[in-house]
Amino acid sequence: MAKHNKIIEVEGLAKSFAETKAVNDISFSVESGELFGFLGPNGAGKTTTINMLTGLARADSGFMRIAGVDCTANPKAAQHLIGVVPDESNLYPELTGFQNLCFCAALYGMRKAERKARARELLDTFALADAANRKFAGYSRGMKRKLTIAAAIIHKPQILFLDEPTTGIDVTGARQIRQMIADLHQAGTTVFLTTHYIEEAERLCGRVAFIVAGRIIRIDTVANLIQPVKERHVMLLSVSNLTADIKDKLASAFPRADFSPIPGGQVRIESAEPVRVGPLVRFLEDNGVDVAEARKVRPSLEEVFVQITGIEAAAMKQEREKAKTGGGA
Amino acid sequence: MKAWIAFWNILLKDIRAYYLKPPNISWGFLFPLVWIAMFFIRSGLGLESLPNLLPGLVALSILFGTTSVLSVTVTFEKKGRSFERLLLAPISLELLMLAKTAGAILFGAANAFVPILIASFLTDLSATNWTILAPAVFLIAISSTFLGLFIAVSVKEVFEAQTFSNFFRFPMIFLCGLFFPVEQIPTWLRPVSYVLPLTYGADILHASIHQAGRMPLTLDFAVLAAFCIVLFAVSLRNIRRKWIV
Repeated sequence: MAKHNKIIEVEGLAKSFAETKAVNDISFSVESGELFGFLGPNGAGKTTTINMLTGLARADSGFMRIAGVDCTANPKAAQHLIGVVPDESNLYPELTGFQNLCFCAALYGMRKAERKARARELLDTFALADAANRKFAGYSRGMKRKLTIAAAIIHKPQILFLDEPTTGIDVTGARQIRQMIADLHQAGTTVFLTTHYIEEAERLCGRVAFIVAGRIIRIDTVANLIQPVKERHVMLLSVSNLTADIKDKLASAFPRADFSPIPGGQVRIESAEPVRVGPLVRFLEDNGVDVAEARKVRPSLEEVFVQITGIEAAAMKQEREKAKTGGGA
Repeated sequence: MKAWIAFWNILLKDIRAYYLKPPNISWGFLFPLVWIAMFFIRSGLGLESLPNLLPGLVALSILFGTTSVLSVTVTFEKKGRSFERLLLAPISLELLMLAKTAGAILFGAANAFVPILIASFLTDLSATNWTILAPAVFLIAISSTFLGLFIAVSVKEVFEAQTFSNFFRFPMIFLCGLFFPVEQIPTWLRPVSYVLPLTYGADILHASIHQAGRMPLTLDFAVLAAFCIVLFAVSLRNIRRKWIV
C-alpha cells in the first residue's frame, strides 16, 4: 500500500449508551504508516471509538472504512487487517506465553509450523523467551502487557490499535513498551494509540486528536499544535509568602508578561519575549516574597492540551490510574 | 481453510483447558452415576431393570456433561474479556460459536457412552437399536449444549450461570419422562414437559434401549432438531445484541 493513503476513514461516527453520548459525531482519518494518537480523559470516548472500529461495538450512525473496506455494516470484513491491544491484558491465564501466542496465531488461520516460528520470534523480540513456558497468570503486569502486544501483532496486521498500552505499568516497562510501539511504527505498521499520558502521545505520535466528552475538539500534527506555545516564553517560580496583591504589583512592574499564581506556592509567567529572571526575583524579594526556584517551562503538548480542553493533565492521569487500580469508576 | 484452522484450535484449546479437567468429569459423569445409583437402590429392583434406567443415566450424563462447563466457561471468558479476542478473530460468529460449543457436544456424547459401556457388562443390551441411539445421543448433546449456550448468553456472572443452569436442569430431569412417563405428570404440568427438548430425547432413548417410546421417532428427531436450530439462533442473536453493543 502506498504511503499517505487513508487507511482509516471515519465520518460522523456516533454511539450512545442510554442517555450518554459516548461518541458524538466524530470524523477523522489516519494515513497508512502513521502513528496517530487519540488523547483524552477517562470516559472521553476513546475505547468506544476503538471498539467500533474493531467490530466490538456497533455504531449508532456514521461511516467507517478500514484499508478501503467498508466495515460500517460488516465489522468482520477488515478484522484480518487489524491487531488490537485492549486496555486490559486479556490473554488466557491457564495457557503459557507460548501457547497463548500460538492460539492467537491460529485464530488468524496460521498453520502450525508458521505460528510456532512466529511465536518464538515474538517472544525473543519482546524479551519474553525465558518466560515462554510459564502460565500467563503468573506473569508480571509489564510482561502481560508485552505478551498482549505480541499477540496483537502475531499475524502481522497493517493496523495496530493500542488502547492505553502503558497504563499501570512501571517506568521501565512503560519505556520498553513505548520503544516497541516506536519500532513497530518504524517497521511500517499504522498505529492508532489511545492514551491519557500526554507526554507519551507527544513522544510517539505524529498527529493527535484531542477527544473530550465524545467530541474531537482538535486534530493536528504534534508540531503544529505545539507551535503557538513554542512562540511563548514560560517560566515557573517556586515561591513562599505570596501576598494576595502580588499579581497586580507584578503586572504593573512587568507589563509585557502575564502572571498567574498557582495553588501550592508557584507563579507562572508567560511572555512573548524571553523573561529576565534577575529583575523579577529582586522585585519579588523586595515585596517580601521568597523565591526558592526559577525554571523555564519547555513548550509541550500538555500546555496545548490544558489550553484547549481546560483539563489539567495531572488530574486526568490520576483519574485514570485510580480507575485502573479499582479505586474509581 | 483459515477459518477451519481457527475452529479446530478453539475446540482443542477448550477441550484441554476445560473439558478434561476434574470439575467437569465430576459434574458430567459422577453426578449422574450417583443419581441413578440412588434411584436403582431405592427401587429395590434387580439388574434386569437396568435397561429401564439406562435412558435416564444416558440423558443426565449428556445434560450435565454439556451444560455444566459450557455456560460457566463462556461467562468466565466474557467476564475476563478473553472472549473479546475471539470476537476480534476474522471468522464468522456462527463458526466461532460452533467452535466454542463443539467441545461440549463431543464431551456430552462421549459421556453418554460411559454408562452404556458399564451397563453392557451388567445386563443384556442386545435389544438396543444402535442406529437410533447413536444419532439420538448426538442430537441430545447438541440441544443440551445450545441450551447451555443460551444460559451463558443470558447471564453476566459465573454464579448466575450455575444457578440459571440448575433452574433448567432439575425441573427437566423430572418433567421429561425419563423416570416416569409424561402421561403420569399432572395434566396442568404436562404442557411444560412438551416444551422441554429432553422430553423428545428421552423418548428416543426409551425407544432405542427398551422399545418403550411413546411418540413417533420422526416427531422426536424433528422437534429436537428444531430446538437445536432455535436455541442456537436465539443465542447468536443475543450475542450480537448484548455483547457487540
